[in-house]
Formats: sequence, C-alpha cells, structure tokens
Amino acid sequence: MTDRSKTTTISRRSLLKGAAGAASLAAGSGTLLSAPYVHAADAKVLRYLGTAVNEGDEISKKCLADTGIKIEYITATTDDVTKRVITQPNSFDVLDTEYFSLKKLVPSGNIFPLDAKKIKEFDNITPVFTKGELPNGKKIGGQGTAPWKVLYLDGANSKTFSATPTEYITLIPTVYNADTLGIRPDLIKRPISSWAELLNPEFKGKASILNIPSIGIMDAAMVVEATGQYKYADKGNMTKAEIDLTMKTLTEAKKAGQFRAFWKDFNESVNLMASGETVIQSMWSPAVTKVRSMGIACTFQPLKEGYRSWASGFCVSKAVAGGPKLDWAYEFVNWYLSGWAGAYLNRQGYYSAVLSTAKANMTADEWGYWMEGKPAASDIKAPDGTLLEKAGAVRDGGSYDDRMGAVACWNAVMDENDYMVRKWNEFIAA
Amino acid sequence: MAVTIDSPQDGVAPTERKLRKTAARSIAWLQAGPMMLVFALFFLAPLVLVIVVSAWDYNEYEMIPAFSWRGYTDTFEGCIAALPDLCTILKTYLKTLKLCLLTWSLTLLIGFWVAYFLAFHVRSKTWQIVLSLLCTIPFWTSNVIRMIAWIPLLGRNGLVNQGLIGAGFIDQPVEWLLFSEFSVVLALVHLFTFFMVVPIFNSMIRIDKRLIEAAYDAGASGWQTLTNVVIPLSKPGIVIGSIFVITIVMGDFVTIGVMGGQQIASAGKIIESRLSALQFPAAAANAVILLGVTILIISALTRIVDVRKEL
Repeated sequence: MTDRSKTTTISRRSLLKGAAGAASLAAGSGTLLSAPYVHAADAKVLRYLGTAVNEGDEISKKCLADTGIKIEYITATTDDVTKRVITQPNSFDVLDTEYFSLKKLVPSGNIFPLDAKKIKEFDNITPVFTKGELPNGKKIGGQGTAPWKVLYLDGANSKTFSATPTEYITLIPTVYNADTLGIRPDLIKRPISSWAELLNPEFKGKASILNIPSIGIMDAAMVVEATGQYKYADKGNMTKAEIDLTMKTLTEAKKAGQFRAFWKDFNESVNLMASGETVIQSMWSPAVTKVRSMGIACTFQPLKEGYRSWASGFCVSKAVAGGPKLDWAYEFVNWYLSGWAGAYLNRQGYYSAVLSTAKANMTADEWGYWMEGKPAASDIKAPDGTLLEKAGAVRDGGSYDDRMGAVACWNAVMDENDYMVRKWNEFIAA
Repeated sequence: MAVTIDSPQDGVAPTERKLRKTAARSIAWLQAGPMMLVFALFFLAPLVLVIVVSAWDYNEYEMIPAFSWRGYTDTFEGCIAALPDLCTILKTYLKTLKLCLLTWSLTLLIGFWVAYFLAFHVRSKTWQIVLSLLCTIPFWTSNVIRMIAWIPLLGRNGLVNQGLIGAGFIDQPVEWLLFSEFSVVLALVHLFTFFMVVPIFNSMIRIDKRLIEAAYDAGASGWQTLTNVVIPLSKPGIVIGSIFVITIVMGDFVTIGVMGGQQIASAGKIIESRLSALQFPAAAANAVILLGVTILIISALTRIVDVRKEL
C-alpha cells in the first residue's frame, strides 16, 4: 500500500485565506476583548505520520471540530513511513502504519504501545484483528503477518510479541481490506475465477502487479498455488527454496512479456486500467471504484483461492510517551474509533475496525451496499459527494463476511526478506 | 584590497612584509572558507559516511557498526557461479550503460544542433534567452504526471498507434512504444537535452565570430568550418554537458522505473530497492560501486578534453 489515494495538498490561496483569517481574529480579540484567545494558544497539535490512505482532509477537519486536536499530516509511502520511524523517531507523534511493518518497527524500540484499557471501544474491535475470525465465528486465513500475531506485546517496553492477549497493543486497529485482482470485463469477455489467470499467456502484455517486492511475490505465490505447482506452508514466510521457485515463475512470465508495467502509485494503477494498457492486475478497492466512476467497466474480481489482505492501525512515537501528547493521542484514537471516521473509511470501500460505531454513522442503505452485499436502494456516493454507483448496484465480492471470510493471506515481511530483495533485483534484471 | 596589501613599498622591514604575506594568505583562506565548509559538510562528510556504512553489517531494522563485506559480496553474488552467463549486477550495469550511451549520443546530437541554432542563427539576445528557456518545459511537471501523460500518446490505444493504424501502416497496435527501452530513452532525451544545450550554447557564444569569417575567407566549406573551428572550440561545453547527462542517467531510477514499467534494471533501482527494505549498508555498497563506475567514465572524458585548460 503506497500512495493509496490522493495526497493532501494545501493550496496557496487557502493558506493565505487561513492566515488572513487568523490574523484578523487575533487583531479582533486584541481590540474588542481584552481577554487573550486561550484556545489558539493552547492548540493541541499532533503530527500524524502515515500513507495517504487514511489522511483525508475531512477527517482532520472533523477531528478538530469535535476534539480541538489539530492533525498535521506527514504523508509518505509505506516504505518511507517505516524508514522514518527507524531513522527519525522524533519527527512524528502519531503513527499510522500497516501490521506487516511491525516486524521491523518493534525491535527498533522507536514506537510506544498504547494501553488497551484506555481505548473505549477496544472490546468492540472486530475479532478479525484480535482472534483471526469473523464476528460470526468463522476462522479466516492467517498466512503472512496476520494482525493477531503481532497485536500484543509482552510489556510496555517489550520488544517481543505475545501470543496471548495483553493490554499492550502494538497498533490500535483502524482500517483493513481484502485485495484481489481488478479486471476489465469488457476487454476480457469471459468469466475470471482464479489467481492463475494473472499469468495466463492469454493476457500477455496486459497484466500488472504491485511494485512492492514483498507484496508482488505473494501475488505470484497465489498464482503458483492456483496452478497447482506447489503448496506453500506460509506464503508470507517462504523458505529460500520457495522464494527461488516463486521468482522463477515470475521471471518466466516477465521474459515472455506477460507484464505491461508494475505500478506503485494509486493513480498509476487507475490509469493503467482505464487506458486499457492492462486488463488484469492486482488492485485496491477504491482504485477499482475510481475506474468505474470514469464510466469504464472494471471489476474487483473475487477469486476462488481467496484474497490477500492488509490492515493498519495507530501507535505513537517513543518520544511522546510520558508527555501531554500521549493523552491527546488517546483522545484522538478514541475519537477515530467513535464512528464518524469509520463510516468515512467504509464509504471508500475499506473496512472500519469498530463496526458498530461506523454503522451508527451510515445510512441503512449505505451499510447494506458496502457491508452486507445488498443491492443499493439509492445512488451510492463517495465521502466527497461524487457518484460511485447507481441504485441497484451490488458490491464486487459481496458482503463483509463473504470478502473477509475468504482471506487467504496477509501482507507480510518474510524472515528471508534480505534474500527476497536480492532475488527481486535479479528478477528485474532478467 | 589585495593590491594594497601586496604592493611592495620601499623601506618596509622584512618582518612586516612577512606579516603582510600571512595576512594576504589568511584572507584568501577566508574567502574560500565558506565554500569549503559547505563542500566539506554537505558533500565530503556524507560521502565518507556512505563509504563507512557500506562496510557495516545490518539486520532487518538496523545497521550494525561491525565491519562486514556483506553489502559488496551480496552484490556480486553468483558472478562466478553464473559464468558464462552474466550475474545480476553485471546485467544491471550493462543495461544502465546501454541506456546511458543511447541517451548521451542522442542528447549530444540534438543538443549540439539546438545550441548551434541558438548561437549562430538567432540574432537577438532576447530571443536567445526566450528560446533556451523553452527548453526547460519538460521540467514543469512531476514525474508521475509525465508518465501518465505519455499513456494517451504512446499507449496501446494512444494517438501514435491510432494514427499509424488509421494511415494503414499497421494492423495491430505497436506495444514497444511504451514501457520499453524505447520509451525510457525517449523520456530521458526529452528531459536532459537541456543539460547539453546550455553548456554547448555557452561555449559557442564565446567563439570569436572573426574566426568563422577568417575560415570563410580562407576558402573553408561550411563543413570544414564546423569540424575545424566550431566543434573544437565547443569542446568544453560538449564535455560539461556530457558530464551532466552521464552522471544523471547513471544514477536515475525514477524515469527508468516509470517509463520502463518498473521492469528495466538500473543501477539506481538496485539502491532504491535496498533502501526500501531498510538495508542501508547494502544500498551504500551499491552507491559506492556506482560512484566508482561513474568516476571512471568522467575521468576518461576529462582525459580527452582538459576542461580547466579550455575554459
């Protein structure tokens, strides 16, 4: 997950307007009222480091209005977020990152676990995170860095994950989704039901994968299993021999000209698909929605081997521990899970960690479309009001239970990561 | 100021003269000092750090300050075992050098003629400035936008393919127009010709026009004037432009990545994927190797033309 959606930009104009407003406000408070403007002086500011996925302007605005906490976004790609935590732990307060990067972040000692007891909705967090099962009790796939394997720590300053629940939480869950292949049904003109189709020579020069080695190799592993070549013990933690086998499959496909391009940016994936450069590629739910909102047929195709899932959450920098910012961080996380933000995420096609509060902030029709797999009773709109789906549409893959229930593996960092990166460079050079 | 200090005066004691000399010297050091400091802080120190780190060990999340050749040995992994095939690093450098050579020769060819036109055919200084500023247009957009902008032109359903099909030259869209070595070189030339134009133009504008008149008067043909007068006198510009283009292309991973569909290897890309995986020592080792290769190329170039002498 890199630049998952548009990056936040502040126009010079809005900045000037804001500055002018603040100046006149300050001047006004000085002349009309002799009392100082306490609220502005005590502004609670949190520097929020994360990818663009959850960094919506609307979220920070709503948060400021509800809690008085001003969120300053620091936007980076997944890799750069990790790099920043390791090298500049003082440059942020709140961290929003994916569970798979915890294998690198926790041993570095630069992040501070939050206390589950101080999170109001913690007990209402979906069991997908805490137990690896759906709310209805169905177990889901746990290959790779599944969140419940790295959710708990042994103690506040521990660097080891706990297999049993403790109160020390590495990342307070916020958002997750199940990823699969996006396809152009109008150009493929036949049903697609297996990951094997990604490397089917029929789509020579028209396929694409994500240009993140650890995720690209898992997509390839899904293909290898789907074609019956090999069954992995854990696709998210391969042995050297398994890495060799998987990269060999990818290399053969690359040499045969299977891939049009690898994408790294949300908009790249949208453009490849919309322009017809690719007809089948690994994709994210909102990217598929965006292609479709351009009037181009695109399906987030459910496949019989299941989904590759990802999840992210909040923690804070070690530097925040003990200061007032820690309290603000708890206040912010509690606000985040209280429903408004969850509904916002759900409306983009992601899933909120606390379902009950998100549901309370959505209409029955929205909930039915995004979460229950029901046909939309009226037009479905994005958080910014643009039309996403006309009435009668059904979400690809169906309900939450159908989609999350079919998760096969989770984005991961392997033990043999170093070897894998070398093999990836070899694959690019092949 | 230097003149007053250095000017010899009669009847000055030798000790005083010595003092004045040291003062002059220290002023020279003071004048060069700020630049030296900036150079040392922001160039030499980081470079030394990179070299030091390249010989460190590392794990999943941190660098370990213990001596290790791992970054280097991993890089050349399989180079002997794979013989007679090329190993990853050699293949990568071969590909990078190929792209570099293609880009260099094309930017030189195009850049030379653009500079020639600007220097000898455009008379007014204002127009020379306006036209050379036009060469910066490719830099007005970001890389991602540029990549997206190429799709409607060179893509499978792009303008070029539609035009060729419409004209009846081809039946099926041509695939190699985009996400190929062709598109990489096209984008690099499109971007970096500017770096050739400016120094060559700068050399050409200084050529004494009387030399060209003299060549004409002596009966030289246009071609002879070009090869015997213009090109030799433009050499410093050509070498400086070449240094710009070669160093940029050797280290480039963004344009090659974006235009090559992330499927074309480059020396910079190896460094990038190592950095992304937090393997800093391995990335540093690759950076040192790249630096070495680039210095070799540049020193070979400056051996051909002594830029300092020519300037």
